[in-house]
Amino acid sequence: MMASKRMSPKRRRLWLLVGSLSVLGVAAALVLTALDDSLVFFYSPTQVAEKKPGPERRFRLGGLVETGSVKRSADSQEVYFRITDLKGTIDVTYRGLLPDLFREGQGVIAEGSLTSAGLFIAREVLAKHDENYMPPEVAKALKDAGRWKEGEAKK
Amino acid sequence: MIPELGHFALILALAVAVVQATLPLVGASRGDVRLMMLGRTAALTQAFLVVLAFGALTQCYVTSDFSVANVVANSHSAKPLIYKISGVWGNHEGSMLLWALILSLFGAAVAIFGDNLPDSLRSRVLSVQAAIGIGFLAFLLFTSNPFERLSPVPLDGNGLNPLLQDPGLAFHPPILYLGYVGLSVTFSFAIAALLEGRVDPAWARWVRPWTLAAWCFLTLGIALGSWWAYYILGWGGFWFWDPVENASLMPWLAATALLHSAIVVEKRDALKSWTVLLAILAFSLSLLGTFLVRSGVLTSVHAFAQDPARGLFILCFLLGVTGGGLALYAWRAPTLQPGGLFQPISREGALILNNLLLCTLAATVLLGTLYPLFLDLVTGNKVSVGPPFFNATFVPICAPLFAALAVGPFLGWKRAEIGPALLRLRIAFAVSIVAAIVAAVAIDGRATLAALAFGFGVWLIMASLSEFVGRVRRGRLSTMPRAAIGMTISHAALGVVVLGCVGTGAWNTELIRTVKAGERISFLGYELTLDKVEALRGANYIADRATLSVTVGGKPYTTLTPERRMFITPRRQVAETSIHTNLLRDLYATLGEGDATQGWVIRLYLNPLAPWIWLGAAMCAFGGFVSLSDRRLRIGAPRRTRPMAQPAE
Repeated sequence: MMASKRMSPKRRRLWLLVGSLSVLGVAAALVLTALDDSLVFFYSPTQVAEKKPGPERRFRLGGLVETGSVKRSADSQEVYFRITDLKGTIDVTYRGLLPDLFREGQGVIAEGSLTSAGLFIAREVLAKHDENYMPPEVAKALKDAGRWKEGEAKK
Repeated sequence: MIPELGHFALILALAVAVVQATLPLVGASRGDVRLMMLGRTAALTQAFLVVLAFGALTQCYVTSDFSVANVVANSHSAKPLIYKISGVWGNHEGSMLLWALILSLFGAAVAIFGDNLPDSLRSRVLSVQAAIGIGFLAFLLFTSNPFERLSPVPLDGNGLNPLLQDPGLAFHPPILYLGYVGLSVTFSFAIAALLEGRVDPAWARWVRPWTLAAWCFLTLGIALGSWWAYYILGWGGFWFWDPVENASLMPWLAATALLHSAIVVEKRDALKSWTVLLAILAFSLSLLGTFLVRSGVLTSVHAFAQDPARGLFILCFLLGVTGGGLALYAWRAPTLQPGGLFQPISREGALILNNLLLCTLAATVLLGTLYPLFLDLVTGNKVSVGPPFFNATFVPICAPLFAALAVGPFLGWKRAEIGPALLRLRIAFAVSIVAAIVAAVAIDGRATLAALAFGFGVWLIMASLSEFVGRVRRGRLSTMPRAAIGMTISHAALGVVVLGCVGTGAWNTELIRTVKAGERISFLGYELTLDKVEALRGANYIADRATLSVTVGGKPYTTLTPERRMFITPRRQVAETSIHTNLLRDLYATLGEGDATQGWVIRLYLNPLAPWIWLGAAMCAFGGFVSLSDRRLRIGAPRRTRPMAQPAE
């Protein structure tokens, strides 16, 4: 462990360099693997139809909660609804407490994954901040679908 | 009248700041005492004027003066007084004014308590402080004037975001800002030292109280924010790796590193250039946090500003401060004298390891926070980097940090042996191993990383205790400096926080049930009965309140009353959770949607050790304050050992 009792400044710097590089190397490796596995993409229903993310892939789905689509199971703990960007539509199921601002016709972001049958199982429905607020991702998705103004008018 | 006075005071403050940023600097380089003394007067005047402006805005809020646009947008006459006051900083303009206020108060504090500083250093510090002040005052006056009038005058205001109408959050911004802005003083000291071309133990001792105070407030501010998220968002979590949370965590990590590296400068006259760099980076990170939060590039409760001009201004300011600071560093740092030598296994070595790991942590958080912005700019893909990323990067890097943190205080300066240090930690080590095994078997039923993390928490506490007991045994308690006591408290407190995080994060239990009045839920030995759900009226909201009576083994235990509040202006629903704590665990209930016929959705959590997160954080800050009361910082008029070196031209 102790190579020599006294270490020259040069060797000390070498030690420091080796130490720093190994820590940073480990950190970089961790970061790269984590980015690969845990990056959560945002898709609109139209993009889901194009990109077809696999069943294990977790992603965020954003759009409007389609008016008239919200149904609850008998014990009212499971909620079914459809998320739309007014061009494409995806069926969603969610088990849990919905955020306070979840409303038909409002913007919403759900995180989860698709089943092979194309049903989106939401693990999380994200709470948004006020009634007039439209998540920028959703606004962009609606604009991309060319339906932005209509989305506004529907509210 | 009052708003105009406030506006005028702000303009005067800007003018004073311009004087303060230039003349004392000229005085310091020419050795002109009169110009240098001007810095003090200017700092006090500037602080007085900004206090006046802030007072004027507060007055407008308290009296609900709806001729002021800012009051209309963020206040309402029916709001309770405390939220009228907290509404002052619950919006973009007001929070920037609060920032400017605290900045100028810190400047005034340096002017008042800086008696022991050499005139030239104090003048330069005050000038740099004023230069930052110019940026913020100009930002206020040119892009975000809080005193803008509105005509015609509306009858009432739009109200404050209900999520912010909460006692925990009312004081979160001022305390967090004391931390963010406190780092500006450290930054100013670093720039002043670069200008003087001199960093020595005396400098480190002068900087220490400011860094320590900023760090304490930052700790408290982050803890308050996390506590608020825990009980208001109703998800039972305490940290979401939200970009806004990350924005406060990064400066905290950098400030923690700075706190430790400054010790090496003070005691051993080494690591000087690195410490100056850290001081620049720590404040840059707190400015970056402000930019991310205020510019609207991130969406969150905190993102008030959606105006690109404001974002651009802060971005330019950030680039100016960081770029300027780093350029000055690149130019002047080579003139700093390298300090004392030491072996890798030594207190200095341990502190370097601490700095290395803390900075790596900060870099990881920075990467995770900025990566979505970067990817959006480059590819247009929208992504989010969430908890899985940080669990896979941040948490593993904490392990060596915690392992080393316990050993560091046992190592001597310059050269130490690792063997004896480990020997003195044998009891702490044994206890931690037992704790981890007990946690794995008894609590979890299987060996997991959570149990390992639990062991690390115990390790931190036990190691701090061992160190303390060691000192007491050697009869050094009476002469033990408060700084050392503070260190022991803060290090142990970190262990308490870790235990709280493991308990809440890994061993919590959640249950969602739909129940009607009179129905009963069994939850981990607690029997909860929904007695009733009643409607009630608050000052500016209407609410449904559920009454859940809790019994344990047939005996009445407690009553939980979660609410769902619907605020009137702005129309918004907020869940008010109800938490019963016995300091070992939280029983946590929120009320969801429902009605009398369908039943109500009730969400329950049992969060083991949850209170420890915030108790630990408070204890951590308390340790900082104990250290701040150290005698050597109070009287400390350290004499510089060598005559003043001429700054290299």
